[in-house]
Amino acid sequence: MSSSCRRPEHMAPPEVFYNEDEAKKYSQNSRMIEIQTQMSERAVELLSLPEDQPCYLLDVGCGSGLSGDYLTEAGHYWVGVDISTAMLDVALQRDVEGDLLLGDMGEGLPFRPGMFDGCISISALQWLCNADKKTHSPPKRLYRFFSTLYSSLARGARAVFQIYPENSEQLELITAQAMKAGFTGGMVIDYPNSSKAKKFFLCLFAGVSGVLPKGLDTESTNRGVSNQAQFTSQRSRFKNMKGKSVKKSKDWIVEKKERRRRQGKDVRADTKYTGRHRKPRF
Amino acid sequence: MKLLTHNMLTSHVKGVTKGYPLIIKATEVKVNELEFNSQFVSRMIPKLEWSALIQAAEWLGHSQDLPSTLIPDYENDEEFLRKVHRILLEVEVLEGCLQCPESGREFPISKGVPNMLLNEGE
Repeated sequence: MSSSCRRPEHMAPPEVFYNEDEAKKYSQNSRMIEIQTQMSERAVELLSLPEDQPCYLLDVGCGSGLSGDYLTEAGHYWVGVDISTAMLDVALQRDVEGDLLLGDMGEGLPFRPGMFDGCISISALQWLCNADKKTHSPPKRLYRFFSTLYSSLARGARAVFQIYPENSEQLELITAQAMKAGFTGGMVIDYPNSSKAKKFFLCLFAGVSGVLPKGLDTESTNRGVSNQAQFTSQRSRFKNMKGKSVKKSKDWIVEKKERRRRQGKDVRADTKYTGRHRKPRF
Repeated sequence: MKLLTHNMLTSHVKGVTKGYPLIIKATEVKVNELEFNSQFVSRMIPKLEWSALIQAAEWLGHSQDLPSTLIPDYENDEEFLRKVHRILLEVEVLEGCLQCPESGREFPISKGVPNMLLNEGE
């Protein structure tokens, strides 16, 4: 996970951080668009909506509406809430289909009970864990958000949040407040062994408790707890140093390939040529 | 803001128990053509607060002579569904404000986006 000074939540409140310059990136930077779309796709998959039925969804922290575009493509109708006017302006310029609202999720959602068939949120929830004003209390704001969300969802609906948690305490804070508001469910972690491709999805069920979907991984999950990342506050930088193989040796190469395979990367198969040295007179 | 969204919105100012329906004071209204989806419209109708919808449509001058109470067997009445589709999804409030019927607090709408942010202590 990135060091604390690089996390956007630590720089400024969301309505300040997502200014015109930052918002522009979300309509121009093709890599950002690709990642956002990928995460929305996975979030919608985790929502497991009834097939061939147009649904009414809520997008919390909709920003420039990239996630909403995916919802529209999938044939759903949506309402987006965001706190940044600059991001909403980009969404208006991009002519998104959904309806937009300017609002702070920590102040609760202003909707009648039982309206939405589901809720998605891409990289927004971690902003609630910060107190940007003197009067802000993260647990209270989280609770207010989750309890109003719970009531605005239809029975049996799901809410999927893609988040970048800072540490285990933050995850605990979020899940504890969600459970307090009445939700069931938990974390789904995709590619837990890769630091880059690893993605956290908080899947919450309103009313009916369902079965938590499995996280994506290349190897089958036969090690029991492999789709749950193990968090410790201990640092273990030199733990594996002793048993490491000599660099560039065959063992080292095989180990590295195995590691990259676990991370879900494209790796050539091991053959008799793997790690073999060429003749000096090649 | 579409009227479908208006039908869902309540006032969440502290101390307000039933801030619904929000009063629309529109200064600019636009009609945006959108593809008709009968399945979605008939799915949404049971969720709607019908009287609030009719009132909102009247405020905007797009009442489409819809009945003041919901007709039975609306699923098979395409003409009726098309009218509901029009006021739910095509009529949009661009400029104006929403007013909480209980506290009188106004939420401004600009460029079609209602500002639901609260002040400190609200």
